[in-house]
Amino acid sequence: MLTISRALIDQVIAHARADHPDEACGVIAGPAGSDRPERFIAMTNAERSPTFYRFDSMEQLRVWREMDDRDEEPVVIYHSHTATEAYPSRTDISYAMEPTAHYLLVSTRTPGDIEVRSFMIVDRVVTEEEVRAAAGQDGMIET
Amino acid sequence: MAIEVRIPTILRTLTGGAKSVEGAGDTLDALIADLDSRHSGLRDRLVDDSGLRRFVNVYLNDEDVRFLGGLTATVKDGDTVTVLPAVAGGMR
Repeated sequence: MLTISRALIDQVIAHARADHPDEACGVIAGPAGSDRPERFIAMTNAERSPTFYRFDSMEQLRVWREMDDRDEEPVVIYHSHTATEAYPSRTDISYAMEPTAHYLLVSTRTPGDIEVRSFMIVDRVVTEEEVRAAAGQDGMIET
Repeated sequence: MAIEVRIPTILRTLTGGAKSVEGAGDTLDALIADLDSRHSGLRDRLVDDSGLRRFVNVYLNDEDVRFLGGLTATVKDGDTVTVLPAVAGGMR
């Protein structure tokens, strides 16, 4: 299960909408080992493509170093699909290399009906999980 | 001679859980071969027939080695090499 604040989900959706029809991508960092997504980090899609995303390599180094300095890890890795469903594709699965991250998929294929789904992807096995969007401005207040 | 190599989570099974290992070599290629001699299988995760694997980012200090000659990049004592799997995916 992914427990995440409504505010963070809204930031992910806003990013996906803003970049449509290109795929949007990013990270939500949280304290290492906590499984709590807290810090939203929109990343540049170096591919700038409607069908593919890739973090810019220098930006990724900067962000990963910063997380390390802050004793954080990438709790959520998100990206959007702009013409297909919010489900991991073959390439999503083959490139998923953070075994403890929640892979959050957003689909912007239908403007008035944005899909948000979350998955664990470990050793190429995809497991969908519930997204528990908690209300509250600060921290995780479970409803 | 010691070059620190920072290992991403996904490859720590090959280093006994270590986040960072040390190696030696004059080039990135030699360094990777040196690491592989103690952490078997590591080279195969980083290198394929055409050189460094496309979706693995390797950095020498603050630069992406793609701009430093890839496997031929010169490394020296005191350098830090960082490995990060690319974060990527797409529609298909």
